[in-house]
Amino acid sequence: MAEVADLLTTPLFDLHNELGAKMVPFAGYAMPVQYPLGVLKEHLFTRESAGLFDVSHMGQAWLVGPDHATTAAALETLVPSNMEELKPGKQRYTVLLNDNGCIIDDLMVSRPLAAEDDGRLMLVVNAACKDNDYKIIAAALPENVKLEIVEDRALIALQGPKAAEVMALHAPEAAEMGFMEARPLEFDGISIIASRSGYTGEDGYEISVPAGAAEAVAKALLADERVEAIGLGARDSLRLEAGLCLYGHDIDENTTPVEGNITFCMQKRRKEAGDFPGGERVLKQLAEGTENLRVGLLLDGRAPAREGADIRVPGTEEIIGRVTSGGFGPTLGAPVAMGYVPSKLAAIGTELEILVRGRALAAKVAEMPFVAQRYYRKPK
Amino acid sequence: MSTYFTKDHEWLKVEGDVATVGITDFAQNQLGDVVYVELPENGKSVSQDDEVAVVESVKAASEVYAPVDGEIVEGNELLVDEPAKVNEAPEGAAWFFKIKLSNAAQLKDLMSEADYKAFVATL
Repeated sequence: MAEVADLLTTPLFDLHNELGAKMVPFAGYAMPVQYPLGVLKEHLFTRESAGLFDVSHMGQAWLVGPDHATTAAALETLVPSNMEELKPGKQRYTVLLNDNGCIIDDLMVSRPLAAEDDGRLMLVVNAACKDNDYKIIAAALPENVKLEIVEDRALIALQGPKAAEVMALHAPEAAEMGFMEARPLEFDGISIIASRSGYTGEDGYEISVPAGAAEAVAKALLADERVEAIGLGARDSLRLEAGLCLYGHDIDENTTPVEGNITFCMQKRRKEAGDFPGGERVLKQLAEGTENLRVGLLLDGRAPAREGADIRVPGTEEIIGRVTSGGFGPTLGAPVAMGYVPSKLAAIGTELEILVRGRALAAKVAEMPFVAQRYYRKPK
Repeated sequence: MSTYFTKDHEWLKVEGDVATVGITDFAQNQLGDVVYVELPENGKSVSQDDEVAVVESVKAASEVYAPVDGEIVEGNELLVDEPAKVNEAPEGAAWFFKIKLSNAAQLKDLMSEADYKAFVATL
């Protein structure tokens, strides 16, 4: 694969090759799409045990201001989430919006635990969007808040029901973290920043590691028989079963958080005020509904419906919607998809047809996630 | 019985005027775990390079082409219930369809096993 030579690499590139990964171009990086285990087994292994994912291609950055209120207020001008009330050591999912209230990118924001880090927020953004995101964020910041792009750290995800017990062997304090908490930890003496979150619907962590220590951390985790390296192929089927959006496919610069059915990222104060880009339009949609809505789709039979497949109402010819992500769900043992349909056809159980190679496959609007999420909630 | 191969990574075993067609071990390895197979209808007339069957992995769908002109006489129903057989026995039990040749002269332009191995080595 000649073009791989021109691509950017992550600090784990040599390890991927050592592990026998099939490398493909993704968002300008040479990334492992699968290892010798194969997509299906990698997917199932993650749901049964724990999978290690290199997500170092994603963008890591800090917003740095004089105090939390100032930094949070600066970020709030770009996103519809309540950042002001994000507590120390907590993480939140949000979206960058354009003036139409449509989604420029989706991202994770964490507020450090330590008092001396007050005024700092850590951002993790999509690889394919990061340059544009940084440009937009930097342009919107007041003088006393700076964007610091992190170029010297890897990002490793450890996901699955056994992630916590494996992680605890190297970083005992990780066990005390609840879902959507973030904190600095020592991992076998290496300083890392861990968040208890991910993109599979399973319990697990995303770990920001100094680039030079990334291979040591990955190898320490992979040495455990409960952990296997997992490629982007299974990452996609895992997130699809978990009902999680893939930016650029399920949400993009033509969809709002309301159409994308991710209004959980908008907290009460922001939803009432509408003080964010495209706020007027988004508030109107919240009150009156939208023409189209992202829904989950389950198909009869085994044939998968993939991105781009047309959707119609049985007995009619008119195309009323489109699949934005679809494939075979290994845990479900059946095809799963998500896509946009008119809101009046978005009720759970609505019967639809998806056109695959000229054939109409029976499908129903279905509850998401398709596979129950198993995040770790701390006992109160 | 003669065996032929195509650049689309299909094999044909010809007995009399009927060819049994499947995908090669190289092809199944490239595809990864097969989760769905769609077969052509019996009695369908097809031309060389027509898309006649579909094989899907978790990641993607790929076409299986008619390697020669002819009429589909049988599809391998085993693959409908057990698509994973394509990974286990691609050049044996997991054949896709049988085609009755209408232009046997096309066979001479296909590859021998040795030619196919040399072709795969260049990929």
